[in-house]
Amino acid sequence: MNMTIIGLTLRALLGRRRVLMLVPMPLVLIGLTLFGITADAGDAADWGPVVFGNLGLSVILPLTALIVGSSVLGLEIDDGTITHLLTKPLPRSEIVLSKLAVAWAVTALATGIPLAAAALLAGSTSLAAGLVLAVAVGSLAYCALFLALSVVTKRPVAVGLVYIMLWENILVGFVDGARVFSVREHATTLADRIGDTTLLDSTVPLATAVGVSILFIVAGTVGATQRLRSFALTGEAN
Amino acid sequence: MTAVELSGVSRWYGNVVAVNDVTLTVGPGLTGLLGPNGAGKTTVLHLMAGLLAPSQGSVLVGGEPAWRNPEMYRALGLVTERESVPGFLTAWEFVLASAKLHKLADPVAAARTALGIVELRDAQDRRISTYSKGMRQRARVAAALVHDPRVLLLDEPFNGMDPRQRLHMMELLHGMAEEGRTILFSSHILEEVEQLSGTVQVIVSGRLAASGDYRHIRRLMTTRPHVFTIQSSNDRLLATVLMGQESVSGVSMETGSLQVRANDYGTFTRALAKLARAQDIRLTGILPADESLEKVFSYLVAT
Repeated sequence: MNMTIIGLTLRALLGRRRVLMLVPMPLVLIGLTLFGITADAGDAADWGPVVFGNLGLSVILPLTALIVGSSVLGLEIDDGTITHLLTKPLPRSEIVLSKLAVAWAVTALATGIPLAAAALLAGSTSLAAGLVLAVAVGSLAYCALFLALSVVTKRPVAVGLVYIMLWENILVGFVDGARVFSVREHATTLADRIGDTTLLDSTVPLATAVGVSILFIVAGTVGATQRLRSFALTGEAN
Repeated sequence: MTAVELSGVSRWYGNVVAVNDVTLTVGPGLTGLLGPNGAGKTTVLHLMAGLLAPSQGSVLVGGEPAWRNPEMYRALGLVTERESVPGFLTAWEFVLASAKLHKLADPVAAARTALGIVELRDAQDRRISTYSKGMRQRARVAAALVHDPRVLLLDEPFNGMDPRQRLHMMELLHGMAEEGRTILFSSHILEEVEQLSGTVQVIVSGRLAASGDYRHIRRLMTTRPHVFTIQSSNDRLLATVLMGQESVSGVSMETGSLQVRANDYGTFTRALAKLARAQDIRLTGILPADESLEKVFSYLVAT
């Protein structure tokens, strides 16, 4: 970890207008929860799965991780300021780990707080705890994946969206085995097991969820580091 | 002594060869890397800075390979051509961050010194996004030399600078070269290199076209064939006389003017006026054909 990189990355990330994209989604989540508990929307079993599962873990978590994870290193690669970082005597793993730490912290806070608040509003502390843990693990796995994508491809957001939309939302519905490699399913399983709730459904064994999440985290971090080690500046070469 | 050595280096992108079998050594002092746009100067600098892998050959900085070797950056600084600076930082924050990333023992003192060298102390607390182009360039130079590198590479450092900034940058580079550093800067402008540096490496179409002392290269350029368009009171007579000169290789009559091919610029230009006077011919126009740098380069490559 490198505090200078962490500081610079936080300033670059939070100083951009892009960060405002993170604001509306949690607001919608809290709004829907309030609507659920106050209006005659029936009991939590009716609206809970939609708010916590379909919206929280399936949309807000992956999209936040995508916006943040693809930005921490990807924006620097885009605008060329990455050369300042690359021409320093730093182990490339130090760069990647520092960037990942920022992406993880920002994503986990931006999604964990509203989800936990919504669960508490719904009256379940155990669900809140489950969601916090699920978000902590899920955001790290997502961020590692999207960070690696931002070093590998010039269009990390597009490729990340394909993963979220096609793999996690459609393929998982048709092919059972696809669940094993879906971060969303891992997070849902964790939240369900820890939260001990009927509002979410485990879809993969706990051991699989934990094991494959770790695989995503390690593969993403190692992949990004390897790729950065032989990062060739091709964009501006003439 | 820290030298940058390229031996048999080629770099290609797919089918396009950007750098073709270049062997050169840049030692302490100030060296200009001269070449037209698109010649491969940036590629050469990026190869030296370890930001590109050579497709063939080896790139050494101080005897160490440049590629996949972050430790090398303790001895090397790079100022890229692309004006990429984090504009949300002040110059002070930017240079201080560079010093910290180099893990210097006293980053504050190093940043202060570097900003002093480029004379940016007065504006150091303003955001870089409010700077002029020349100031941004200086901020980037300060960040590149904050760790007191033995080797400094600059890609087109004078682009977009006004004459005063240019002069200041030249003095700066001279000063650093005199301290025994290895400084290499690229440029596509002949005069910049002429004013600044005794040693020149000329790159054309990815190849090393000429290398060595500036005067030697200058001579290659002045003794090359030139085409002049000449108008006079008696074109036909002048043509006859000129053909008798050894420095002239061809004359053709155009309507109202002569096209003269001289194979020795210096001798021809000295002889022309005397010849005309001796024959009582009045010269009314002498126009050298376009002397663009590209033509000079293509000549250098052909010889």
